[in-house]
Amino acid sequence: MTTGRRFLGVNWLAVYVALYVAFLYLPVLLLPLFSFNDSATPNFPLSGFTWKWYEGLLATPAMLDAARNSALVGVAAAITATLLGICAARAMTRYRFRGQKAMNGLIMAPLVLPEIIIAVALLLVMLRLGLELSLLTVVLGHVLICVPYSVTVLIAGFEGFDHSLEEASADLGETAMGTFRRVTLPMVTPAIVSSLLVSFTISLDEFILAFFLTGTDSTLPVYIWGQLRFAARLPGVLALGTIMLVLSFILLTIAELYRRRAARRANVDGGPLA
Amino acid sequence: MPDRPMIEIASVTKTYGRFNALDDASLAIRPGEFFSLLGPSGCGKTTLLRMIGGFDTPTRGTIAIDGQPMLGIPANRRPTNMVFQSYAIFPHLDVEQNVAYGLKRLKLDRAEERRRVEEALAQVSLKGLGRRGATELSGGQRQRVALARALVMRPKVLLLDEPLSALDKKLREQMQVELRSLQKAVGITFVLVTHDQYEALAMSDRIAVMFDGKIAQVAAPKDIYQRPVNRQVADFLGGMNFIHGNLVGENGTAIEVETKGFGRVATQRPAHWAVKGGAVTIGIRPERLRVLWDQETARHELAGTVVDRHYFGEITHLVIEIPGMDKPLSVTETNDFGADDIPVGAPIRIAYEPDALVAMAD
Repeated sequence: MTTGRRFLGVNWLAVYVALYVAFLYLPVLLLPLFSFNDSATPNFPLSGFTWKWYEGLLATPAMLDAARNSALVGVAAAITATLLGICAARAMTRYRFRGQKAMNGLIMAPLVLPEIIIAVALLLVMLRLGLELSLLTVVLGHVLICVPYSVTVLIAGFEGFDHSLEEASADLGETAMGTFRRVTLPMVTPAIVSSLLVSFTISLDEFILAFFLTGTDSTLPVYIWGQLRFAARLPGVLALGTIMLVLSFILLTIAELYRRRAARRANVDGGPLA
Repeated sequence: MPDRPMIEIASVTKTYGRFNALDDASLAIRPGEFFSLLGPSGCGKTTLLRMIGGFDTPTRGTIAIDGQPMLGIPANRRPTNMVFQSYAIFPHLDVEQNVAYGLKRLKLDRAEERRRVEEALAQVSLKGLGRRGATELSGGQRQRVALARALVMRPKVLLLDEPLSALDKKLREQMQVELRSLQKAVGITFVLVTHDQYEALAMSDRIAVMFDGKIAQVAAPKDIYQRPVNRQVADFLGGMNFIHGNLVGENGTAIEVETKGFGRVATQRPAHWAVKGGAVTIGIRPERLRVLWDQETARHELAGTVVDRHYFGEITHLVIEIPGMDKPLSVTETNDFGADDIPVGAPIRIAYEPDALVAMAD
């Protein structure tokens, strides 16, 4: 099986994979490692296990404010992006219309545009419009970058939705409202939950837009950036970073599980007929 | 009025833009009948079925079910239920919940609802699978769930949109038999849409053959197969030898046609038939031509040469050239006497019964 991969008795593909994975994830893993380290400077050798940096976080009102702000922004951005995403995904899966490809491209564009450019542009527009910079302006910016993710997840969930399921429900005597409640909603709920979780996570981790568009209130990434100027606060930042890492990981895993459930349902029925 | 049709379709037309999906179709389907709409894709059969079910509205014309005009009555208030081509099983519900879906609105008491679900599951041989999730069913089982879910509503009419097309050949043939006996057992009017002529022939009491939005012929399977009104219907239902002839005598519906090869043929004038300058098409099915072996003779026989042979297991198709005829004849012979061993190029005699020759419109 390894024919063609070995050279000079070494499996270079395995070496490459190991280096690749180490480069990608080792630095990230150092974060939690040092966050439990007794010493105030992130250095080897480790000096001892401690929870104190985490305890310190809870005693920092500014951090708690930032966490509350992030949660507010995340929830607002996730709900708004998902509502907009539902409209777009429904239109794109249910109908064929002129400019569909272009519309899809426009929705996805924020994924590849330089975020700092978007941030500067939004800042200029919002100031010109006379909007006071606040968490609301951050939410608006986050909606813009959450919508592409939301639409991607929702299209996957809606794609297999067979219109004949709604017809079957009507055929069995159900009204339009009843059909929505008993068939449509349960069918699309997994995709919607998945979209909410993904959008929330994107918003939670986003820095550039939040940095440019916020007023006096900061979100967690902005707070972290502010703390980096003080060497003494680094362990606290590491602890906070670890929490955000774990939270993001959990949220995205749950989102993926929901997305798979949506995809499985779509495949039972309504998939293109053999 | 005992003869009142269960479904009465009167001059129904359905247009999409400038395209006529259905063009002035009229049809009366009897109570308790197994009726099939047969035709190639795009002939309007599904459009007609969907209009009966209330999923589409006729552009012109009316549909009545059991004497009630259906104009303006939506699908959820019609006495019809449908088995969808994709089955449309609710994937988030299990088998029992799928079957009970429509009953929930009737607000039956619990025991009665259970009894009806059990009865429907038994009718389609799904007893014991009630708790199975929709995602864990095979194609055949999903089809049975779709049937049970519709039958449990006790509709006056059951509509079936190509219900067997997604199944493999063996299961399809088994389901044909089961559907037919199920229909007999429940006594509900079944309207089946299919593009498979064998399916329609095997299951139906009557068949409507449709082309290009028009109903070409409505008749019992045997009539439609043996006495097709035109070449298109004849072709769609199976192989047919077409022979040109000239009209030489006419007496009411009885006509006499002079042909090359089959001589003078006495037959019946087909429905909707416009004589064009005396030219008439006569048809005979390949299996109505029979090989004569050795010294065997028949009252009506033809002599010719085998020019081609196709082997199909239980039968063989022989292509036989008859001197004086424009086109060679196709003959289907079962292989019990060795038709599969007749060499190409061999001289051969074939027999026919004159009543197998039918006149039809072009």
